[in-house]
Amino acid sequence: MQHNRVYLDYASTTPVHPEILKAYKGLLDVWFVNSESLYQEGAQLHQLMEKSRAQTASLLNVRPNEIIFTSGASEASSMAIKGVAFRHLEKKGHLITTQVEHSSVTNCFKQLEELGFEVTWLSVDKRGCISMDELKKSVRHDTLLVSIMMVNNEVGAINPINEIKAYLKNHSHALLHVDCVQALGKIPVDLKDIDMASFSAHKIHGLKGSGVLFCRQHIDLMPLVCGGQQEFGRRGGTENALVNLMFAKTLRLALEGQKNGYEHAKMLNEYCIEQLSKMPEIELNSSSEGLPHILNFSCSTMLSEVLMNALNTRGFCVSAQSTCHSKSKAPSFVLKAMGYSDQRALSSIRLSFSYETTLKDVESFIHTLKECTQKYGTRL
Amino acid sequence: MELVYDHILVRYGELSTKGKNRKDFIRRLTSNIKLALSGFDQLTYEQTFDRIYIHLHGTPFDEVSPILKEVFGISSFSPTLKVESDLNTIKEAALMVANSTNGHTFKMETRRHDKKFPHRSDEINRACAGKILANTEWKVDVHHPDLHLRVEVREKATYIMPLVVQGAGGYPTGIGGKAMLLLSGGIDSPVAGYLTMKRGIEIEAVHFSSPPYTSDLAKGKVLDLASQISVYQGQIKVHVVPFTDLQLAIYKNCNESYAITIMRRMMVRIADRLAQRRNCMALVTGESVGQVASQTLNSMQTINDVTTMPILRPVVTYDKLEIIDVAKKINTYETSILPYEDCCTIFTPKNPVTKPTIKRAVEMESHFDFEPLIEECLNNIETVIMTVKKQEEDLF
Repeated sequence: MQHNRVYLDYASTTPVHPEILKAYKGLLDVWFVNSESLYQEGAQLHQLMEKSRAQTASLLNVRPNEIIFTSGASEASSMAIKGVAFRHLEKKGHLITTQVEHSSVTNCFKQLEELGFEVTWLSVDKRGCISMDELKKSVRHDTLLVSIMMVNNEVGAINPINEIKAYLKNHSHALLHVDCVQALGKIPVDLKDIDMASFSAHKIHGLKGSGVLFCRQHIDLMPLVCGGQQEFGRRGGTENALVNLMFAKTLRLALEGQKNGYEHAKMLNEYCIEQLSKMPEIELNSSSEGLPHILNFSCSTMLSEVLMNALNTRGFCVSAQSTCHSKSKAPSFVLKAMGYSDQRALSSIRLSFSYETTLKDVESFIHTLKECTQKYGTRL
Repeated sequence: MELVYDHILVRYGELSTKGKNRKDFIRRLTSNIKLALSGFDQLTYEQTFDRIYIHLHGTPFDEVSPILKEVFGISSFSPTLKVESDLNTIKEAALMVANSTNGHTFKMETRRHDKKFPHRSDEINRACAGKILANTEWKVDVHHPDLHLRVEVREKATYIMPLVVQGAGGYPTGIGGKAMLLLSGGIDSPVAGYLTMKRGIEIEAVHFSSPPYTSDLAKGKVLDLASQISVYQGQIKVHVVPFTDLQLAIYKNCNESYAITIMRRMMVRIADRLAQRRNCMALVTGESVGQVASQTLNSMQTINDVTTMPILRPVVTYDKLEIIDVAKKINTYETSILPYEDCCTIFTPKNPVTKPTIKRAVEMESHFDFEPLIEECLNNIETVIMTVKKQEEDLF
């Protein structure tokens, strides 16, 4: 990124941490062998990768054989959700998720609906969180799986995962899958009583094409990618050994910076909210109880696309909806699910911060935002 | 054995005119061909009285052919093998051509331009056919041959051709002067540009860009379209006009129902002045009568009123499907339907006037002095030269 650009889209992806980059480059120069091969180079590489797995497991407080390296969180979520459901193709059954999941989760459930599974789509409140009452009413004796994201990627809403897992543990045999992508490295993630969880490296200053599925060892997933013995037979294909190797360090660095990062994001978030609340055309969509790293608002006088273009020309990188929907003209389905109007859902902007973001960055953002709305704002 | 053709013979005979026009025709055609093929740096050109030879120097014919097919003013062309004018050599070459072509039946056709050559056409035909029949499985079929092998005996050399490719016809672009095309991101205007070029008129394009209401992607799409139709004249100058401030002024000062009409009048005013600066003699638009509210005859009259230049509307009587057919043929359709905003879709009023009048438009424009903003548009034009895209970047 050129130095005159201000990047405020860390929920979409992050630059690679310099230490990760350096280590990875060093590895690329040396290692090309297949980590499953039997000669000494292969065995050495395999060992290194297994060490990464062990450290990742230890940082997440789980067992090494419960860590499956994937190409990213979308793959991890697909493996978990479809992998469980495909074991019940004969009798089908009932599944629960929310209306505001990441598209990788949402579209898995849509596919499963087409295959004959029954899916309950939990609604969310104005904060973007699910209601425990609705969840409790939705759980049935034939519910196979519940998938709920820890932190929403568009507005930063934090779901009551502790309550959810406590309830499910005592009242249901359903498995619980949690999409932890936006939570990892930002708030504590406790995997106790969670059956499966998806993680991504590139959201925490790691490499793209790198993710992890945590999956309890007793869960029998049907593999989506068939292949050899890799990843305990749960995911075929030659291991992306070096990328997997870097996951442990990426995670360690992210967790080490978590507490300070949170405080820093909170400071930036509070400054923005204070400034934005002075602008009559701005309406906040993120609740104050959400993750401070993500701040979503709508502008009543400019559509997302127009405001993003104006900001882009002036050097600011921001998103409207989730980047996975950025090419779509449809209103944000997350904001719609939160009960907002089409117009509000068509005019949202998402800021997302990291430890790299400075107060000066957000100050100049606010300044530029004012300039743009004054110059280009029209009645919609 | 893989046979490599070393020449392309380009014919324009049938369309030739006479006298000075003919010279201009040939000169313009040669330079258009060179521009269209500028991506191939091995090629050299030879211009003779009735044809142009392109020396390939190893460039594959199959790469050059699709581009050459699109150049207006070419009636046909052929990949050609140039050999010494000697009967044995000609026979060998004919056999080589047959051996490297797929098919079962062939026909010989010889023209002996050089009447000093000791063998008559018919003898040459028989000699070559005999050679091929004796050495291969090919059979003669003079009615529907798979391979129509043409031999041209000239004084300096003999040319052997396995096929004749139909050219695009029309006139060499530019021979009929120059016009300014109003290029939006839609389906119609690239087609209008293509049809204009086909009549020998060179075009430059003007595009109205309204950032941030239109995105860089929308501008990129217009440049892509320009690049796609640039193949017909080698390159196209695209003048991108920053239109936002003027558009906002219209929005603030004019009645909403007239916004589109007045916006179009402003576009024509700017295009008119730009055209004069660029020595263009006409404007070209993709308007088709009755398609949308702003393209009724009343609208056209009201918009046309601001210029004395002829406005060419090549697709004015086409219906949408006819335009789409041409757009698909010239490969602009897929780009045109990409969903980026253009400046016409931004301030789309709920009830646009379908029968605007000149009087009302003039009256509304009198509320505000638009002249400085029009000049500002003209002074801040960004001009981009688009050519056929080559994908030879190191990264790929």
